Amino acid sequence: MFDDLRDLYQEVILDHGKSPRNFRRPEDATCLAHGNNPVCGDTLVVYITQDDSGKITDAAFQGQGCAISVASASMMTDIVKGKTVEKANRLFEGFHNMCTRDDFNVAELADCDEDAIDRLVMLSGVKEFPIRVKCATLAWHTMQAAVNGDQETSTE
Amino acid sequence: MNKSSSVVEIAAGDNSTSAFDVEKIRADFPILSQKIYDGKPLVYLDNGASAQKPRQVIDAMSDLYETRYSNVHRGVHWTSQQSTNAYEAGRQKAGAFLNAASDNEIIFTSGATEAINLVAASWGRANLKAGDEVILTHMEHHSNIVPWQLLRQEKDIVIKVVPIDDDGNFLFDEFEKLLTDKTKMVAVTHVSNALGTIVPVADVIKAAHAKGALVLLDGCQAVPHQSVDVQALGADFYVFSGHKLYGPTGIGILWGREDILNAMPPYQGGGEMIASVTFEKTTFQKAPHRFEAGTPAIAEVVGLGAAIDYVNAIGLDNIAAHEHDVLQYATERLQAMDGVTIIGNAREKAAIVSFVLEDIHPHDVGTFIDRAGVAVRVGHHCAQPVMDRFGVAATARASFGLYNTRAEVDTLVDALEETRKFFS
Ligand SMILES: Cc1ncc(COP(=O)(O)O)c(C=O)c1O
Repeated sequence: MFDDLRDLYQEVILDHGKSPRNFRRPEDATCLAHGNNPVCGDTLVVYITQDDSGKITDAAFQGQGCAISVASASMMTDIVKGKTVEKANRLFEGFHNMCTRDDFNVAELADCDEDAIDRLVMLSGVKEFPIRVKCATLAWHTMQAAVNGDQETSTE
Repeated sequence: MNKSSSVVEIAAGDNSTSAFDVEKIRADFPILSQKIYDGKPLVYLDNGASAQKPRQVIDAMSDLYETRYSNVHRGVHWTSQQSTNAYEAGRQKAGAFLNAASDNEIIFTSGATEAINLVAASWGRANLKAGDEVILTHMEHHSNIVPWQLLRQEKDIVIKVVPIDDDGNFLFDEFEKLLTDKTKMVAVTHVSNALGTIVPVADVIKAAHAKGALVLLDGCQAVPHQSVDVQALGADFYVFSGHKLYGPTGIGILWGREDILNAMPPYQGGGEMIASVTFEKTTFQKAPHRFEAGTPAIAEVVGLGAAIDYVNAIGLDNIAAHEHDVLQYATERLQAMDGVTIIGNAREKAAIVSFVLEDIHPHDVGTFIDRAGVAVRVGHHCAQPVMDRFGVAATARASFGLYNTRAEVDTLVDALEETRKFFS
């Protein structure tokens, strides 16, 4: 019955949804932001720790949401760790395009880390479920808000 | 009203539909014969958000546009007279539907939201001062919270909230404790959209009036499921939206007692609501026209009138009995499932069942059962405070209408079982 949902709800995503990585509140976070999706009531807090050069040394989150939004937050925090803010923003931009543009080509992200791209491609199955794109991008929007110094963000 | 026994006797109506024939009713709703996702019948269980439209409503609106449409109250020509007659007939139908004392008490708005905003802005601004109290309940829709908060920013009024118990029952004793001499307005939902709780509004009105407060009832989720008599209730304001009553969007009703309405200042200014205008001084019409500035939603009023005729022909008591049977069946089947918790088990309930599945977020539930053709609402249902009260961010909600069946409940439950398997 749910064959077409398997592309979105892959094993890896279900696993991240059930046992999210980096689900904690780091004491030494240098910035944080609250994200919420007013349509669904999903809420999360993203914590980012940056070193003096601005590199992201730690990323974590807490909150609640559907399997897609929790898996996305879990993967996002894994992915941005060790990256510069510019690189993180670049990956978000790529991911956003993946989820919304029909003519997207992964080659556009040739300069990015492959492992990150593989994970994002997996999540980009939401493209077939437009209403769920916000679930997949909420954590990324919130990460961006945190590093930009905005305390609140919303997908509306 | 809603009997809690499991045997439901369907009363014979005094009209052509002598017994409730759900298949005959379903045939009136073109959308229900649709198949989606490669041949699955559409199982529409999101009536609380908006109901589907019967052919009779769709036809009434096209017929107006095709044969006699024009602006109302303005032209000397034939079409304007015809449209005005059709529009005012809609007002009479709405008046009779609520048993208003006069059709002048029926104000057309864009929906319940605008109706509540109208009362808060017009009656509220004119009658409330700093320290005056407005009482709401913990289960209000955002549209009966935010207009009062906007007024609070301006007038420094106090908003008090009647608590509910763990089953979602309205706590009458607590309500009585909140009532004081400063209480000027009690604005409560007649039926909760998130929980299905039926509030004992007749008692609420008596207690509020004893303290000199007015009562506004949000009837959005009540009017599709039970007959309402505003005079018997003794209410002061009653609001609902047409689209939840099988009518079109963009049209709603504000009913108010005529003496109260005629003492209220206008809400918006424009054409239609004035008696005379000069640059020095403008005088206003009485209700209802005072509150209907500008060209109204003419075809929508006609559509709403057709929807009222439609439910009247079937009989609201017959509808209530049928829906109660479906609700009871759905409740039993969901309770029998592992890992399902029903949120809202009030003693008196309308045909709404909100629930959560253990370890599966409602959005995921909604996406999965959608593939089985089942439409339910997932989220906070524009009632965040009630979600907070139950410690959940969201629920899945099946809300039944007159065309839903036990077989559709089975489809829902099967789809939920499949979803659980997928996630386990
Ligand atoms: C109880 C209740 N009140 C108010 C509303 C608002 O209705 P509308 O959006 O049609 O103005 C709704 C609709 O969801 C409702 O269920």
